[in-house]
Amino acid sequence: MTDLAQETVLRRSVYKSEAFEAQLRRRYRAERRFQLAGIASIAFAAVMLVVLLTTIVLNGYTAFWQSRFDVEVFFDPEAITPSGSREPAVLSAGDYPALVREALLAELPEATGRDGRRAVMEMVSSAAAYRLRDMVLAHPELIGTRLKVSLLASDNTDQFVKGHIPRAVSEDKRKVSDRQVEWIDRLTARGVLASHFSLDVLTQSNSRQPEQAGMWGAVIGSVMTMLVTLGMAVPIGVAAAVYLEEFAPKNRWTDIIEVNINNLAAVPSIVFGLLGLSMFLDFFGMPRSSALVGGVVLALMTLPTIIIASRAALKAVPPSIREAALGIGASPLQVVIHHVLPLAAPGVLTGTILGLARALGETAPLLLIGMVAFIVDVPGSLSDPSTVLPVQIFMWADSPERGWIERTSAAIMLLLAFLIVMNAVAVYLRKRFERRW
Amino acid sequence: MLSGLFLIGEREHMLSDLFFFIGEHGQPMQTTMLLTVIAVLTVVGYFLGRGRAVAIAGGRLSTLHSVPPYHGFFVALWAGVPALLLLAVWVSCEGPVIMSLVLAQLPAALIPTDHQALTLLQTDILNLAAGVSNGREPDPAVADAAGLYNTLHMVAESCLLALGSALAVAGLTLARRQIRGDLRARNRVEAALNVLLILCSLVAILTTVGIVLSLLFQAIQFFTMVPLTDFLFGLHWNPQTAFSGDVKGSFGAVPIFTGTLLITVIAMVVAVPIGLMSAVYMSEYAAPTVRSVAKPVLEILAGIPTVVYGFFAALTMIRDVGTALGLEVSSQSALAAGVVMGIMIIPFVSSLSDDVINAVPQALRDGSYGLGATRSETIREIVLPAALPGIVGAVMLAISRAIGETMIVAMAAGLAANLTANPLAAVTTVTVQIAATIRGDQEFNSPKTLSVFGLGLVLFIVTLILNVIALRVVQKYREKYD
Repeated sequence: MTDLAQETVLRRSVYKSEAFEAQLRRRYRAERRFQLAGIASIAFAAVMLVVLLTTIVLNGYTAFWQSRFDVEVFFDPEAITPSGSREPAVLSAGDYPALVREALLAELPEATGRDGRRAVMEMVSSAAAYRLRDMVLAHPELIGTRLKVSLLASDNTDQFVKGHIPRAVSEDKRKVSDRQVEWIDRLTARGVLASHFSLDVLTQSNSRQPEQAGMWGAVIGSVMTMLVTLGMAVPIGVAAAVYLEEFAPKNRWTDIIEVNINNLAAVPSIVFGLLGLSMFLDFFGMPRSSALVGGVVLALMTLPTIIIASRAALKAVPPSIREAALGIGASPLQVVIHHVLPLAAPGVLTGTILGLARALGETAPLLLIGMVAFIVDVPGSLSDPSTVLPVQIFMWADSPERGWIERTSAAIMLLLAFLIVMNAVAVYLRKRFERRW
Repeated sequence: MLSGLFLIGEREHMLSDLFFFIGEHGQPMQTTMLLTVIAVLTVVGYFLGRGRAVAIAGGRLSTLHSVPPYHGFFVALWAGVPALLLLAVWVSCEGPVIMSLVLAQLPAALIPTDHQALTLLQTDILNLAAGVSNGREPDPAVADAAGLYNTLHMVAESCLLALGSALAVAGLTLARRQIRGDLRARNRVEAALNVLLILCSLVAILTTVGIVLSLLFQAIQFFTMVPLTDFLFGLHWNPQTAFSGDVKGSFGAVPIFTGTLLITVIAMVVAVPIGLMSAVYMSEYAAPTVRSVAKPVLEILAGIPTVVYGFFAALTMIRDVGTALGLEVSSQSALAAGVVMGIMIIPFVSSLSDDVINAVPQALRDGSYGLGATRSETIREIVLPAALPGIVGAVMLAISRAIGETMIVAMAAGLAANLTANPLAAVTTVTVQIAATIRGDQEFNSPKTLSVFGLGLVLFIVTLILNVIALRVVQKYREKYD
């Protein structure tokens, strides 16, 4: 008894000692440091996400504004059709850049000589002349009249107006000369040159000139590719999952299939591109650069994801449902089709949407099958050469002109918007239909 | 460019037949018609079969073995499946058969002996037959051959239409005649569906087989030109200078492997500590509200396409941060690519580690707390060691992910195959070399194109080994605590 009491006293004295208290403080400090490290890690990830998104949005939102010159254009019969003919062939061969030049020179009378004219023409996009041509072709009665037309400014002018090309830099390092700067300032002050809200970046098809380039073709290409992926990956994936989860006997073969699916899910995406290249393009001779091949390659890539998600969803359906259905005389296939699959559908759907979202953002395998070609036309069918949004982003990001940065960022904003919508739908489905048994 | 599209040889044609109904390939209307016929007959078959079953039952459905819809499906299957099989076989055999018939008609002098010239001749005939001119005035014999090809093609298509329709009708009538009260229609239909399910689950296997075969086949061709040892141990990668005569010394892949390694190491230095600490904090410390915010943040980070990260790396990391720090950063650098790739992989590491840490039994933690350990001590001394195998597996999966990543490196680290350990220099990786060399319009005969398959094979093998080991480790670990 006394021994025990003495020991307690002794031990308490150890707990109260200086050394022990110091050690305890140290341990608590370590605890706080550890916790701070955890917070810092998460904060780092969050900050990076915010930085990434704001960078994209700040660079991209200006793509929805475009600088235009609102000038009065004289549709000079001499320049358009010197012969006086109204044949479309003659009209489309007219000297429309001259109309653009004269209209701008009327605003800038001091721009004389060859250099001056060239400096003026550098400020407008080449699309301006095409615009006038299309107007004349549609309405030949315009010839000889004057009309106020809004002419697209060139990339450099546009970027200067938006402030992306800094004013402070010396002239030889700037894409816009001092003289042009002065003109831009004057025309802006007079209201001739102004930025207008424009959805051209969405609705136009691709171009080599940043100020004319839009992503409609890539959007259509993405939609068609995703349709192929959806049509192929979902039926096959769900069927495979049903077989493996509900019917497959447990043997070496099904083990191999399972290991194989898990490994396939982790194969680098570019390897699927090589598969598409040598299998579908070279061996089967399917049309290259087409949404069809792109869709098939992405379908093979997303197949494991869909199978794994569908199996998880099937597994979550309790056995009692199956037993009850079997008990009232349903065949095994009827059990699955009439009872298990409908109950697993929300899970299957969620997995499918997430798999598709990944496929929608995938770039590398599509480069290998030639979807990286420069394509102006909007693809009309699955075998037409086409491109997709992420590949378009890659190609635009590769181009040097300043204007591509805002176009690329705008394309990324659209892609992210698609992905956010898809993920939101998936989350909603999960929340709305999730059942706990 | 356009002629390049037609340079593919006879296989182009036979498969384009399969796909023309989606595109605007023009001539063979018959295949579309056959598909329509089959579709219509299938639907008709369903209703005929069902109607017949109902008629046989005469109002007492219980006399039937299977309910009427199954009889309908039974007939529909017989109407559709044989005809579709015929169509598939026909389309895959037609091109070569017709081509051999056409070639037999050509004068023997015109037929070249070596394989490549023969392919070229076949391409010429196909182009002429399709009405695509290559600008040259064709040899009259070749023009005749093209005409013959077109005729035979038309005949074959018409035969296919007739045979296919006949087969579908025959299948339908025969199956309908079989319908009786005791026909086990449901069992038959279910057996067919079962076969379909098995076929679907084999697609994954076929994909793997396809990957392995296509990589091996082309890689072996490459290694007959460039010795394997040169490829694996050579120090200079310079495929641009390699012409078919002089391939030695241009295909040493060591700079590419070291570049991949450098970027992977940088990415792991960023991703593993941050990912692991995030997972630890989320599963051991975070209040439910913090968790409900932090988890979606990480999920969004994981859902952003890699091409966006690549753009971000090239734009912000190099252009802005690099100049702000006054670093002598080349316009492309391993550091930027590696760090951004690390950010991309953080959610990957953290979600895998999260699972692993949550699987550690609570009893281990409680024991540790009972002995007076603080939370961080418990985590460091008990939870993490217990979870170590799983974490190692997660890290290995992350490494495999980093090795296989293409777009970030392609946009931020460049193409220059430098043998360097300097993170500010431009390096290249296996995946980038593959993506940069191939743009879908290559001929498979230059060592430069084929080298890509050598690289692809190495990539596939390395990631496969990492994945197999990692999956096994994770599985073993799960079993241990389950």
